[in-house]
Amino acid sequence: MDSMLHTLSIAQAHEKLQKKEISCTELTKACIDRAESVDKKLNALVYRNFERALEEAKKIDAEGEFTHLLTGIPFVVKDNFCEKDIPSTGCSNVLRKKDYRPPFESTATARVKAVGAISLGKGNTDEFTMGASTETSCYGVTRNPWDPSRVAGGSSGGCAAAVGADECLFALGSDTGGSIRQPAGFCGCSGLRATYGRVSRYGVMSMASSLDTVGPICKSVEDIAIVLSTIAGKDPLDGTTGDVPVPDYTKALHGDVKGLKIGLPKEYFIDGMDEQVEKAVRDAATQFEKMGAVVTDISLPHTEYAVATYYVIVPSEVSSNMSRYDGIRYGHTTDAATDLIDYYHLARTEGFGDEVKRRIMIGTYALSAGYYDAYYRKAQKVRTLIRKDFDDAFQNVDVILTPTYPTPAFIVGALEGDPIAMYLQDIFLVSQGLSGMPGMTVPCGFTSQNTLPIGLHLTGPQWGEDTILNAAYAYEQAMDWKEQKPNL
Amino acid sequence: MTTLNHDDVRHIAKLARLNLNDEEVKKFSTELSNILQYVEKLQEVDTEGVEPIAQITGLTNAFREDEVEDSLIAPEDLLSCSPLPVVEHQIQTPSAHG
Repeated sequence: MDSMLHTLSIAQAHEKLQKKEISCTELTKACIDRAESVDKKLNALVYRNFERALEEAKKIDAEGEFTHLLTGIPFVVKDNFCEKDIPSTGCSNVLRKKDYRPPFESTATARVKAVGAISLGKGNTDEFTMGASTETSCYGVTRNPWDPSRVAGGSSGGCAAAVGADECLFALGSDTGGSIRQPAGFCGCSGLRATYGRVSRYGVMSMASSLDTVGPICKSVEDIAIVLSTIAGKDPLDGTTGDVPVPDYTKALHGDVKGLKIGLPKEYFIDGMDEQVEKAVRDAATQFEKMGAVVTDISLPHTEYAVATYYVIVPSEVSSNMSRYDGIRYGHTTDAATDLIDYYHLARTEGFGDEVKRRIMIGTYALSAGYYDAYYRKAQKVRTLIRKDFDDAFQNVDVILTPTYPTPAFIVGALEGDPIAMYLQDIFLVSQGLSGMPGMTVPCGFTSQNTLPIGLHLTGPQWGEDTILNAAYAYEQAMDWKEQKPNL
Repeated sequence: MTTLNHDDVRHIAKLARLNLNDEEVKKFSTELSNILQYVEKLQEVDTEGVEPIAQITGLTNAFREDEVEDSLIAPEDLLSCSPLPVVEHQIQTPSAHG
């Protein structure tokens, strides 16, 4: 048996499965063995569903039909997705202490399982996705496969580390203001945040409902297209999903970028940015020119207000969404309460970590009588202007090219205890969330000294996933970044 | 400059149903004030005549036919998620009156 099966992409594994060169059991076992051998160092998985995965694999082998590209493909799903009867905790003590097992399944996991994808377990995340490093997870930090002294990023850090370390073939994550793209970039993966409403969020724990999205983290752009084609589309269980036809995104990957208009926003090349990151992104722009694309400088003038807008809107919606964790219908409980109000206080105080409390309180303040206009309403107006920046830019360009993050993965603990420093680093990622635009990261190089992956970010207009996928694919095919693997 | 003093923080925590000890009140007073001072940056932006975003892809309402359908989840399964006692298909909470 080929001991490197876990390193295959979805497309490669599918071909081997279909030709019966490998079995689904062998593929699943290879991922499990890999996870058993490397995850002690990384802490990417917070729940392992290996026995059930092997049972599923046997069933699929017995049927012997690999009709869908995802049939028999092992994946990891972020812990804020509900899987029926499987512990789903959002990596929060509020749900962990009672090991919450939902009586329902998220639409995204249901859709990939319906075609035979195999769930290996749950990926670590910041508590209810609030963070950019998985340091706020109740299970502890996930470490970067390229350098375990560094973070894998967040909030979908467990998913990105699991894909980057070949513990699975793909992962499903969620992205509110960068939570798929930043960790995917840190771990040398491709990751896509879809247009708001492109993928159903039914069964995914809400953080900030006007921005939350679901998307894939994969080893190649083609794999992203495969997973997105499977999970996208209208869902009667999520009223925010758009009634927009879902193309077969793999058909968009023709690799031709001749005449493609690419914009480089001047506001995204800032002082204090890592020099190697800037060079890698500028080199990628040159590569696009070589392939026939037309690169121009553009401006997104309200960029400097994006982080402030985000950190009003998100905590406000957090304060509302977190009110459901009151210890009544599910979650942490206590028998020390003297009455109902005391019970709410104790269940929430004992269950939530500091970042969640911080956001709940900012949101409670921002939404309280007399402050709503100055904070939430004002932020929603600035959000209109940020959205308009992108609409204006897309009058003249097809794709916007930027760095995914100002630095490579940072050292564990480096930004802890300084919430604003952590927030400010989100500068390149939150605008796409605020404007509902799709964005994705692909590897565009490594730092020279410590070989950390660098991410290239492509933004497209709403519902324009096909355009950014093709551009990312053309670039990926011209380079060999994705062939490099961490030495674990 | 907006700052939240210790009493402000205690009041907000009470509204949010959170208990804070004195040390936490002190810590959050500094952190929350810093965040509010940072987001005050938004006041610089001229938003005269700008409509706030209502729904980012322009959806208005999502209606369906008003037809009775079977629930996807059995009520018993939802009730069984509660950490509190279930009595006659209802969750028994601590008393609202102490």
